[in-house]
Amino acid sequence: MENASIFVIMVSAILVNNFVLSRFLGICPFLGVSKQVETAFGMGMAVTFVMTMAGTLTYFVHHYILVKLGLEFLQTAAFILVIASLVQFVEIVLQKMSPTLYQALGVFLPLITTNCAVLGLALLNIQYDFGLIQTIVHSFFAAIGFSMAIVLFAGIREKLEISDVPLPFKGFPIALITASLMSIAFLGFTGLV
Amino acid sequence: MDINTIIIAAGILGVMGLLFGVGLAFASKKFAVEIDPRVVAVREAVPGANCGACGYPGCDGFAQAVVKGVAPVNGCPVGGADTATAVAQIMGLDAGETVKQVARVKCEGHEENCGNRYDYDGIDSCLAANMLNGGPKKCLYGCMGLGSCVQVCPFDAIHINDKGLAEVDPEKCTACNKCVVICPKNVISLVPYEQLTIVACNNYDKGPMVKKNCNVACIACGICERNCPHDAIHVINNLAEIDYDKCTNCMICVEKCPTKAIQGDLSLRTVE
Repeated sequence: MENASIFVIMVSAILVNNFVLSRFLGICPFLGVSKQVETAFGMGMAVTFVMTMAGTLTYFVHHYILVKLGLEFLQTAAFILVIASLVQFVEIVLQKMSPTLYQALGVFLPLITTNCAVLGLALLNIQYDFGLIQTIVHSFFAAIGFSMAIVLFAGIREKLEISDVPLPFKGFPIALITASLMSIAFLGFTGLV
Repeated sequence: MDINTIIIAAGILGVMGLLFGVGLAFASKKFAVEIDPRVVAVREAVPGANCGACGYPGCDGFAQAVVKGVAPVNGCPVGGADTATAVAQIMGLDAGETVKQVARVKCEGHEENCGNRYDYDGIDSCLAANMLNGGPKKCLYGCMGLGSCVQVCPFDAIHINDKGLAEVDPEKCTACNKCVVICPKNVISLVPYEQLTIVACNNYDKGPMVKKNCNVACIACGICERNCPHDAIHVINNLAEIDYDKCTNCMICVEKCPTKAIQGDLSLRTVE
C-alpha cells in the first residue's frame, strides 16, 4: 500500500474498505445517530472534519515525535490524547465561529472523541506507511465513506419506521439486520481494487 | 526495556498532554462565548421534555426567548405554576397566575351510545380513518378511538379506555397540546384542571339529527342555559359551551341535561 495511487486509496476507503461496513469501526454512532437522515448527515460532517484533522495531526505526531524518539509503542495512548484535545478544540472554535453549526451538531461533537473510527484511522494510516498526501486523502475519504454509510442507513431506517415490521424485530433488531445486509452488499466491492 | 524508556515515554506523553491542555485553556479563553447566565438558569428550571408546547424549539429555545423578553415567564404550560415562579424569580418578575390545564376528550359516544356506519378495517390511525368519509362513527364529530392522540402523547397521559374512547389521565397530562392538535375531530380540548363539569359532546349538528346518531349527544335544547344560576353555560352553534371562568361546578346542568351530555361527578359538586 505504500505506493498506492491517490485514486486507489479513494475508492478503497469509500467502497472496498468502508470503515463501518467492512472494517466495523464506528458502529456506535452508526447505530446511535442514524434515526434521521438530517442528524446522520450532521454526524457525518462532524466526523469528516475531525477525522481529516486527526489523521493529519497524528501523522506529524507519529513521524516527528514518536519515531524520532523511538517511542512507536506509545501510538495508541498518544493518538487518543491528540484526538481528545482536537475534538475539544474543534468544539470550542465552532461554538465561537459558527453557533448554528455548533447547535446542529449538538452532542455528536464531543461523542466523536470516543468514536473508534477516528483512532482506527490514525493507526491504519501508520500501519499502511502512508505519506502525508496519502494520509490526508485516506483520512478524508474514509470519513466520506463513513458519512455515506450512515446517511444511507438513516434513509433506510426512516423507511423502516413507517413500515410494518413484525413486533419482535421492531427497533434495533431490524436495524441490525439491515446493517448486516448493507455490509453484505458492500462485500460486492471487494474485487474492485 | 530499561527504566529510561519508561521515563522518556511518560515524560513525552506528559509534555504532550500539558501542551494540549495549555493550548485548550488558551483557546477556551480566546474563543470564549458569552452566554447570559440567566439562559442557563431558566433552562435548568424548566422540565426539559423538549415537547415544544410553548411554541419554541425545545426548552433551550424557550429559555433564550424568555431571557430575550419575547416569551412570557409563565410560557411553559408543562411546568405549570412551580416552573413559572422559578423562572420569574430568575428574571426578577412577577409570575402572575397560571391555571393548570389538562386535556379532556369531549365525547362519550362509545359503541352503545353511538354506532358505526361501516366497519373500519384499516390502520390504527384516526387521521387515516377520517379520510374515509369522515370515519366509521355515525357521529361525524366524535372520538373514533383509534389512538392517534395516544401515539403523539409524550407523557403517556392519554389512552383508549375499555369503552373504545380516548381518555386523559389528568395527573399525567401536562397540557402540552399535542393531542389537541393531532385529533382530526377536534374532540380534545384544554380545560382547567379544577373544572369538574364539562360538556362531553362535540357535535354541532341540529338536535334531531344528533339524536338519531348518538344517545348522549348535546341536542342544543337549552335547558342547561336556562337553569344555570351563574350564566356560565350557553348553547352556541347547537352545542352547549361552558364558560370556565364563571362555572362554579354546582352541576345543576349535569342534573338537568336530558341526554346526559354534560359530564360531572355529582359527589364532587360544590353545594351552595
